[in-house]
Amino acid sequence: MWPVIVVITGIVVIWYGSAVMLNKPFQHDMYKRANVENVSFSQLLGDTLNQERPVLPAPHQVYQELYKTTVEKKITSKRSLIYHSWITLSTALSGFVMGTLLGILLAVGIIHNRALDKSLMPWIIASQTIPILAIAPMIIVVLNAIGIQGLLPKAFISTYLSFFPVAVGMVKGLRSPETSHLDLMRTYNASAWQTFWKLRLPASLPFLFTSMKVAVAIAMVGAIVGELPTGAVAGLGARLLAGSYYGQTIQIWSALVMASVLAACLVGLVSLGNRWVLARMGASA
Amino acid sequence: MGEADSPSVASVIEARNLSLTFETGDGPVHALSDIDLSIGAGDFVSLIGPSGCGKTTLLRVIADLETPSDGSITVNGVTAEQARLARAYGYVFQAAALYPWRTIARNVALPLEVMGLPARERRERIARNLELVNLQGFEKKYPWQLSGGMQQRASIARALAVEPDLLLMDEPFGALDEIVRDHLNEQLLQLWDKTGKTVVFVTHSIPEAVYLSTRIVVMSPRPGRIHEVIDSTLPRERTLDIRETPEFLDIAHRVREGLRLGHSYDD
Repeated sequence: MWPVIVVITGIVVIWYGSAVMLNKPFQHDMYKRANVENVSFSQLLGDTLNQERPVLPAPHQVYQELYKTTVEKKITSKRSLIYHSWITLSTALSGFVMGTLLGILLAVGIIHNRALDKSLMPWIIASQTIPILAIAPMIIVVLNAIGIQGLLPKAFISTYLSFFPVAVGMVKGLRSPETSHLDLMRTYNASAWQTFWKLRLPASLPFLFTSMKVAVAIAMVGAIVGELPTGAVAGLGARLLAGSYYGQTIQIWSALVMASVLAACLVGLVSLGNRWVLARMGASA
Repeated sequence: MGEADSPSVASVIEARNLSLTFETGDGPVHALSDIDLSIGAGDFVSLIGPSGCGKTTLLRVIADLETPSDGSITVNGVTAEQARLARAYGYVFQAAALYPWRTIARNVALPLEVMGLPARERRERIARNLELVNLQGFEKKYPWQLSGGMQQRASIARALAVEPDLLLMDEPFGALDEIVRDHLNEQLLQLWDKTGKTVVFVTHSIPEAVYLSTRIVVMSPRPGRIHEVIDSTLPRERTLDIRETPEFLDIAHRVREGLRLGHSYDD
């Protein structure tokens, strides 16, 4: 417990220190323009930490903005961060589910078919070398041209990112059974289907959950990136973009904090699922 | 050969001129060379020899886990593959090879599920075979909760659950300490006596081979081949005490001599 508190305190201290240092030049300009002289240190400190558009907002400013846009706004309001979070979250989750299924499907194909193993894997790896920022607008535009709009195109970008760790992890997981475990199935004259359900799949589950933790976090990134080229109508990505248009740094930071909190919660949920499943599978710890 | 007291009527395993060569990066490895062997019903046959003599490979050929490059092998009168497809044998690996996510009962159930037996029949066979290896009460335990010896007994129960007439065992007690091994050897003999199964047993322990077997196949390495087949003159019913009798020591001596003449002790 104590190490955690020390680290958090350290981060907050560094954050406040950086906020003062980064916001000081602009504050000095303001004083000069207003012909204010002999500013005391405590006033300078207070002013740098309470600017309207600071270079780096202080933690309490971000907290206030978060409180204002979550607790004090109705969730149906376009200014509610919960409303925007839900849009991003639903996109990320749909993309994550599709990505996980696609990843598992690809892995199953790859381990059962040599031709797929040789032909698919290079493409899967190549797909991840393309910067998502470059391909995201193309996906949106192409899908829009064939009449797919709304949540799905954005979710596809999440899928594009999140299928990869699942595919790679599951290929490894489905190939993880020991030779003797596989030989055993052979002595029973088990079908490939039985070997898959009774051996390969259960053996791969720890790998699946590890991959899903990575996948769910990058699905969140994909959802946010997917919101940028659509004109930033709604979602955390929209808040980021709008914030940067109008120099609303506090809004940007509160959206960032919200996004990371959501991602952390999602990873936490996957971990819980992992623990639950492994406990049911008789894990020793 | 002293097979008068052996119940061999029909030959369960017949190998003729059996050879198996593995192609490796360093050239061909002659794992098995010109193996001729016949094993009768109800026999307890040990394959003994140093590592590299092909004893495990021979067992795997019988189980159709390896395909011979030359010669022929029949199991129950049909090819090894047909025998495997008919689930004619139970195989026990050196490591217990229990699935860690299944309880002991469900591990024993595994082959029964694959065979598609109804739930009632499965439950019966699980109970019967766990009792046979003295593991009743451990149905709901996971493998990691059991000692190494108990895990191996569970894997024997799993092999027996298929109800094969033939049991193939690949150094099943090799990883266990000697006290546990003695105990399991005794239990295995009782089991064999009770069930009348044919057992092919791979080991590199001379006392284990002599104590358990009706016939001992001494193998030698490079290329893997059968050096000598020794028929045991010991009675079928044996206790651990038999290992101190002159007869036992004499057979053990013959096995050791066979291994030496087969260059098993060369560097």
